[in-house]
Amino acid sequence: MAATATGTDRAVHPGVGGGPRNGNGFHKNGGGSDVPLRFSPARYRIRVWMGIGSILMLFVALTSAYIVRSASSDDWRRIAMPRVLWLSTALLIISSVTIELSRRSLKSKNESGYSLWLINTVVLGVAFVVSQVFAWRQLVRQGVYLASNPYNSFFYLFTGAHGVHVLGGLCALGYLVIRTRGVRKSVEGELRRVGAADAVAIYWHFMDVLWIGLFMLLTFWK
Amino acid sequence: MAEATHAEVHRHPAPTGFIRKYIFSIDHKVIGIQYILLALAAVLVGMIMSVLMRVNLSWPGTHIKILETLFPQGAPGGVMTPEFYLSLVTMHGTIMVFFVLTTAPQGGFGNYFLPIQIGADDMAFPTLNMMSFWVTFVGFLVILLAIFAEGNVTVGSWFSKLGDSFAGGSGTVGPIGGWTGYPPLSALGKIAGPGQGAGVNLWVISIAIFCVGSLLGALNFITTLLNMRTRGMTLMRMPLTCWAWFTTAILALLSFPVLLGGGILLLLDRIAGTSFFIPGGLYVSGATVPLHNGGSPLLWQHLFWFFGHPEVYIAILPGMGATSHILSTFARKPVFGYRAMVFAIFAIGMLGFFVWGHHMFMSGMSPYSAVAFSILTLSIGVPSAIKTFHWLGTLWGARIRFTTAMLFAIGFVSLFVAGGITGLVLGQSSLDFFFHVTYFVTAHFHLVMGVASIFGMFAATYFWFPKMFGRLMNEGIGKIHFWITFLGVYAIFVPFHAMGLLGMPRRYAQFTEYEFLKNSHGLVLFVTVAAIITVAAQVLFYFNFFWSIFKGAPAGDNPWEATTLEWSIPSPPPHDNFAGILPTVYHGSYEFSVPGAPNDFIMQTDGENIVADPGGGNGGNGHRH
Amino acid sequence: MFVSGKWWFPPAITAHGPAYDRQFLITIIVVGISFVAAQVGLGWAVWKFRATGDAERATYSHGNNRLEVVWTVVTAIIFISLAVMGQRVWASLNLTKAPAGSYTIEVVAQQFSWNFHYSGKDGAFGRTDPNLIDDSSLNYVGIDDTDPNSKDDSVVSTLAVPANRPVELILRSKDVTHSFFVPQLRFKQDLVPGMNIRVHFTAITPGKYELACAELCGMNHFKMKAYMLVLPQNEFDELVALPQEKFQARKDELLNKYQLPNY
Repeated sequence: MAATATGTDRAVHPGVGGGPRNGNGFHKNGGGSDVPLRFSPARYRIRVWMGIGSILMLFVALTSAYIVRSASSDDWRRIAMPRVLWLSTALLIISSVTIELSRRSLKSKNESGYSLWLINTVVLGVAFVVSQVFAWRQLVRQGVYLASNPYNSFFYLFTGAHGVHVLGGLCALGYLVIRTRGVRKSVEGELRRVGAADAVAIYWHFMDVLWIGLFMLLTFWK
Repeated sequence: MAEATHAEVHRHPAPTGFIRKYIFSIDHKVIGIQYILLALAAVLVGMIMSVLMRVNLSWPGTHIKILETLFPQGAPGGVMTPEFYLSLVTMHGTIMVFFVLTTAPQGGFGNYFLPIQIGADDMAFPTLNMMSFWVTFVGFLVILLAIFAEGNVTVGSWFSKLGDSFAGGSGTVGPIGGWTGYPPLSALGKIAGPGQGAGVNLWVISIAIFCVGSLLGALNFITTLLNMRTRGMTLMRMPLTCWAWFTTAILALLSFPVLLGGGILLLLDRIAGTSFFIPGGLYVSGATVPLHNGGSPLLWQHLFWFFGHPEVYIAILPGMGATSHILSTFARKPVFGYRAMVFAIFAIGMLGFFVWGHHMFMSGMSPYSAVAFSILTLSIGVPSAIKTFHWLGTLWGARIRFTTAMLFAIGFVSLFVAGGITGLVLGQSSLDFFFHVTYFVTAHFHLVMGVASIFGMFAATYFWFPKMFGRLMNEGIGKIHFWITFLGVYAIFVPFHAMGLLGMPRRYAQFTEYEFLKNSHGLVLFVTVAAIITVAAQVLFYFNFFWSIFKGAPAGDNPWEATTLEWSIPSPPPHDNFAGILPTVYHGSYEFSVPGAPNDFIMQTDGENIVADPGGGNGGNGHRH
Repeated sequence: MFVSGKWWFPPAITAHGPAYDRQFLITIIVVGISFVAAQVGLGWAVWKFRATGDAERATYSHGNNRLEVVWTVVTAIIFISLAVMGQRVWASLNLTKAPAGSYTIEVVAQQFSWNFHYSGKDGAFGRTDPNLIDDSSLNYVGIDDTDPNSKDDSVVSTLAVPANRPVELILRSKDVTHSFFVPQLRFKQDLVPGMNIRVHFTAITPGKYELACAELCGMNHFKMKAYMLVLPQNEFDELVALPQEKFQARKDELLNKYQLPNY
């Protein structure tokens, strides 16, 4: 059953027949790098873009719910944006700048730059979340609750959902801070480090762009 | 880029210890088997529920002893209440669709064989993979909890303490709103009826958890397929199973978040008093419903079905891939029109996003959009028909070996045609005036999603079992299993069409109230007998499966004389699949019966000396003879 | 099995019924031919090309472009044609407003019964308000008694429609989503809380028919039943001119007079 056409050329079929592996067979066939076994940073990048696609679909679904709901009843009342949210937006945009600086530092082998801008990003990210909580408390004090009217519901929902994903991003940033500072010894280790930093940066930029989109939706739509 | 010749041959060393090897394993093969075992458990629960449903419909007022013991409130004296029946309907649908049809084909076989078929040593993110299984498992536990939160007074009382929307212990085995859970029925809480308290909350939470698990899995599939194909494995040389898993992962990635969004909105309506789906001015159970205004029940339907339609393709595409693969293998013939098959898989996947409205023709949505949805829906029949023609083309001129796997693959084609063809009826908005929410719909989706998918999974199981466990399943028992199941499912679901023609509505706990249903009784009884026989026959499968793991005949590496990469490694495969050696691929996946070749199959790793790759690297699949 | 007549649609009683049945017949013929052809083809291929003892190989072929194009185009033409034809009845009912001269009835569904609100002699519906609904005092649809138009309104649990005259129904729901379905009408429409959905049809054959709820609405969904009476013009006119109690009594008489079809 196992004997096949390979009878003539055993060396090129190391996998057939269940016999012992001889690594020579493979390399004799043309060498080259063990591409799929070796780590490729593209992996992290594909994952983060796919993840972004997925998260985007969630917000697209909620946005379409927002648009439909805004037309389906007469109790839709927009509230004035708490001013602190403009601060939130600024903080997030600046944090995008800092993470980009950190990423580029890493690319140009500037370890201290990488570290510095990374930590700045974390601080700004935390400040963003704090400013969001602040905005929420302000609204509650003014009597604006989740269920009072549909616009409010969406306001809390969007900011909350976005906030949860930002917290996830902060965890990722935390991972970078704790585990990726300092040059790695192996080639593969370096690739992983740079790949991870790249991927987290892409995610963070997405958090920023998403926030701007949501903010504009909440401020300007209807 | 620096060449690292032998760097990173093992990305992770083989695990030691029982827990790391079998419980919290990051090996895609173990995870695949875990998903399959989860599906085997879930389908058992689902089948038992369906038999109970059938008994209730056929012999109203039957005393079922076990119900009396387990659920005295929902089935006093062992006689099922209508709400108990409806909760069975709901849980049957939910468990089958999510925990059977969305786990085994993709998370089970996909996890196990995608990496191997493309020549990788594992998935791109093994730890994430492990998490995706355990998250799914937790989701399963939560849905099982719903059974007892509603069915058991003690458990129910714990949940009732959490608040009004968590009221439990109503006697049903879960929510009663169907797997589609339309609000306001599902959003209003216990005032809308029994089972609508804790049952619904746990149902939503379980599904939300499932969404997350599914997304984690999808990320892995896509990244692995795009990034980790071995040398020579171009996209057009991949087995069709890989194309199917890839497309399914994309569908999951884009559709599950929408369900998650809808679920969050529903939960907020129930717990936080929002009004996404609940309009104002409702009067329920003798009192006006305060504090809700302006919500749209249709909004839920749009969100749900935007997910729901791609979901049914998620359930069937892996089965289509497996069928193409298995048909080719045992017909000893290449897949007819590989390129077109890839295109058809993609077309079905993508078009699947544009037809959700055909579930909503009568919902009150814009009738103009119904026209658009209807025409698009019938268009999606074209790639499906193309695939059917190609399967027939694959068999034409073949030399068919009738293994059990092959029988199930042929059965898939038969059932897919039977179920799919009634889509031509249901997809027309005009005809839906009669058939919407009748048993005609139930017939259609059970044949095409329930049974055809399951046949795809059976075929995959009998096909890949030797590779997974190093032993063969018993062919004799397998063939008996096939015949009883094949005839049984036709006996069960063809009569459903007749019931639909009578106008029999879905989700009726009894048919005794209407004169226009009186001719259905014979059909109902016939179906129940067929169902009990068919479900009982599945014992053969369970027995064969588990017994053969320990006592089956040894399988060898390539018992089926197949061509793809998994058959070039030992059965079961070593921890890192290819034992540190990267395979190089020279041929397409379906080089069977190549003229001039020494054997009637050429493995993908067989060297270039072997005849028949004149196209040189284009996958060998563009030949014309 | 299908042809025996026992397991087939009950005869249609509407103006659009024949068109509906014709479209279904055309579709089912296409479906039937495709089904038989595919299954027979499959069975025959499996039989003819089974591996026999000899060492002959299968035909090595990756496909046939021309064949693929042909069957794709043919399938597409058939399917799209069916789809387009399948819009006709839909368009005639749902893309047009109720014709002039239609008789309008308001339908209000609830868990687990049907309420039919008639405008009475003056042809004007009295104002309704959800806040006025009170099942215990039998004000099922929330009629506002202070509105003079509501004096002659009737709310009953049986649907009566005239034969050979278009009927417009305004469909509403008090609590959850229900669905209006009478098999003989070849018609179905959901009743969604928060929406007033207008539909129309013309019934032709007088008689008594069953109305079933066709959207899961709770535990007694399976017995949310009402009767529909299709009445000759004079009987109908006489009925709907009556005040509430007399309306109720007369409709009960008519329910006894007409019989359900022979199934």
